[in-house]
Amino acid sequence: MRNIWTIARREYDQYFISPIAYVVAVAILFMVGGYFAFLLFYANQQFGFVPEINQLNDLFAFLLLLSIPALTMRVLADETRTGTIELLLTAPVRDFELVAGKWLGSFMFVLTLILVTGIYPVILRSQVTPGLDWKLLLSSYLGLILLAGALVAIGVGFSALFSNQVTAFISTLAIFITLWWLIGIPANVLTTGSEFFRYMSINTHFGSSINQGNLELSNLIYFFSLIAVGLFTGTVAIEVRRWK
Amino acid sequence: MIQVNGLIKDYGSRRALNAISFHANQGEIVGFLGPNGAGKTTTMRILTGYMPPTEGEVTVAGYDIVEESLEVRKRVGYLPETVPLYNDMTALDYLRFMADLRHIPNSEERAAEALENVNLGNRANSFVGSFSKGMRQRVGLAQALLHRPEVLILDEPTIGLDPNQVVEIRELIREIGKDRTVLFSTHILSEAQQICDRVLIINKGKIVAEDTPENLQSRLTGAQRVVIRVRGESDDLPAKIKKVKGIRAVETKPDGSIEFEFSAGQDARPQVAKTVIQGGYDLLEFRPVGMSLEEIFLELTRDTSTGKKSS
Repeated sequence: MRNIWTIARREYDQYFISPIAYVVAVAILFMVGGYFAFLLFYANQQFGFVPEINQLNDLFAFLLLLSIPALTMRVLADETRTGTIELLLTAPVRDFELVAGKWLGSFMFVLTLILVTGIYPVILRSQVTPGLDWKLLLSSYLGLILLAGALVAIGVGFSALFSNQVTAFISTLAIFITLWWLIGIPANVLTTGSEFFRYMSINTHFGSSINQGNLELSNLIYFFSLIAVGLFTGTVAIEVRRWK
Repeated sequence: MIQVNGLIKDYGSRRALNAISFHANQGEIVGFLGPNGAGKTTTMRILTGYMPPTEGEVTVAGYDIVEESLEVRKRVGYLPETVPLYNDMTALDYLRFMADLRHIPNSEERAAEALENVNLGNRANSFVGSFSKGMRQRVGLAQALLHRPEVLILDEPTIGLDPNQVVEIRELIREIGKDRTVLFSTHILSEAQQICDRVLIINKGKIVAEDTPENLQSRLTGAQRVVIRVRGESDDLPAKIKKVKGIRAVETKPDGSIEFEFSAGQDARPQVAKTVIQGGYDLLEFRPVGMSLEEIFLELTRDTSTGKKSS
């Protein structure tokens, strides 16, 4: 546990000296902020339109899908390239602790970004009557956090699999796009087994469930499973690398 | 402290280590010599728990390298050949991170202390990325010593250092080696000669020789050599020395000195000295020379390669 925290803290600090992380942070916050300003503007023009935070988080989620591969690609791939992995693998740290620490550090960085957008509900509250839909707000943010955790876990897993950052980036993005859109397509076509494909889609659990304020146990299980799969992949990848 | 039995490591179909066995006791400095690609780094990576062996039994500090890898890693300090450091961290932060990973209490203090030990106290807050090769090497060494390990494994610790630093590092290794086990690799033979209690020579994944530097020398030549130098002309002196009982060879060097060789069991030195003095020569120098490790090394590594061809 302690090792996970030590590695996570270093990983988190690392983001604040990485140019990629700053670019990603600025781009996300700029776009989310711009969209928020547009929503407020539109609400003032269009009588009866009430902006909600989940509209903002729909965009945020999409931006996370695009940017998390860029954030996590270096996490373990770069350690392999520079050789510092040798240091970590000969320190008294379990392979799982290493992967989990890397995940936690990156996750905390994304949480920081999410936290920054916490200012929008506060602003929104002063603009709308009769106030915010608290259930929707909390559900939406919980969804965003779970989604971030799952995406980061998959990204870290793939970063452990490859020693090249670009390879890690492309494969992570491919998996994200598959989970987001492609896997849902068979669900619309097939008559049998469509339930399975629908369950596998991120959209089922985020866009059309948690982010609409409908939090179900199956959503939680889905996201926690993705985190587990990501961390497991990373740990196995490290183990396999040792044997090579 | 280190016990290796029949260690085999395969990379795919290539056999990098072919059943090597050796040991290192507490308070012993063992030098690991061999040409590039002989298997030095592979052996060290196995001993430090970086990769598992294909076959064989390895224990370090009493723990099995496969079954109790974490226990081994707690007790080993390791300086890899590439000296992996995080360039975007300061020297102090880097060492503190490594100290935290090893659960050292007061990690900041200990990190600062470790930097002092390698004479980098004044650069504690500089980024490692700005360091010279020698400084990086010393940070790496500080990292390996942080937790005061029972076993220290150093992969080519003096490579890329300037002569002063080399001397410093060697002294540091000798100091550490007094009460701990040190295994270090090098391909500088004189280095092994200077600091090692024992030398292992490895070639093509096999240990071809293992002994103290002195024993290796005498065992290989089976003879001792002495250089003498006299004032003035010495044309007929070699012939006179040759007559002394037990002398195997006499040779006049281009610089005028005379080198003779005698069987190890029969010390011809007193008789030679008498011959020189009685011949009326002014003796200026009388000095034993060993076969250098360099020559031994060449001999051993050449032997195994030709041996393989014939088999």
